[in-house]
Amino acid sequence: MKTYDRSPLGVLAEPTRLAIFELLAEQPLPVGELAARLPISRPAVSQHLKILKDVGLVVDRAEGTRRLYQVDPSGVAELRSYLDRFWNLALNSFKAVVEHTGENHDIANH
Amino acid sequence: MTSQTTETAVQTSVVVSASQEHAFSVFTQGIGTWWPPDHHILQGELAEMVFEPHVGGAVYDRATDGSECRWGRVLVYEPPHRFVITWNISLQWQLESDSDKVSEIEVTFVPESDTTTRVELTHRNLDRHGPGWEQMRDAVGSPDGWQSGLTRFADQAAASGSARVGS
Repeated sequence: MKTYDRSPLGVLAEPTRLAIFELLAEQPLPVGELAARLPISRPAVSQHLKILKDVGLVVDRAEGTRRLYQVDPSGVAELRSYLDRFWNLALNSFKAVVEHTGENHDIANH
Repeated sequence: MTSQTTETAVQTSVVVSASQEHAFSVFTQGIGTWWPPDHHILQGELAEMVFEPHVGGAVYDRATDGSECRWGRVLVYEPPHRFVITWNISLQWQLESDSDKVSEIEVTFVPESDTTTRVELTHRNLDRHGPGWEQMRDAVGSPDGWQSGLTRFADQAAASGSARVGS
């Protein structure tokens, strides 16, 4: 299996996982239902779900004889994804500015 | 730049070609020079961002009409080494008035040489914002939002591969 970036954003950079995540964002679904809606096999769906679970984006629960997968209702993983993206953007911007202002330059009033 | 996450925190760092003092100064007093311009919760047009340089001080955006959005409070201020501020912004991307529901940002400035500094940022206690990912999704849904942003990000990450920061 390919390695992947073990952050929520890294995990969602894979298009199939993003598709699964977006389907689950609409409603909780079992593996079979996900496989029916996507052009991949049931074992492949299970593999992607495991990765989504590992980073906390998706949780599962038993309902009768089925196992339903849903987006983590606490929202922490989504918030992490969002802030991960935000802070990478912000620190890149900071780097560009701090490296192009002189050490004694008055930066407070810009 | 590297980034990683733990369950309730986001961590990222960047090495910059600047002294520790200069990096600290630009990050705090110069916050308005580098903060992403699309990420303000102010109603009016932004006039400036202010980082009050003492414990108990506010971090805020001020609009051209004089209104202010005080979205952070300084908890630790140790120039040029580190600071800790609160993040009083809710999952609805609005000012959070409940002090139990704010997260924290710690930034440390580690000199690697006279002219290079590693800036390490940790945004932690994210679970304090409480449940509500659906609101978060809706709040950032547009125009620069979660769904579209996520899709855009995925496209970009897939297209650029190693160019992605933090991978």
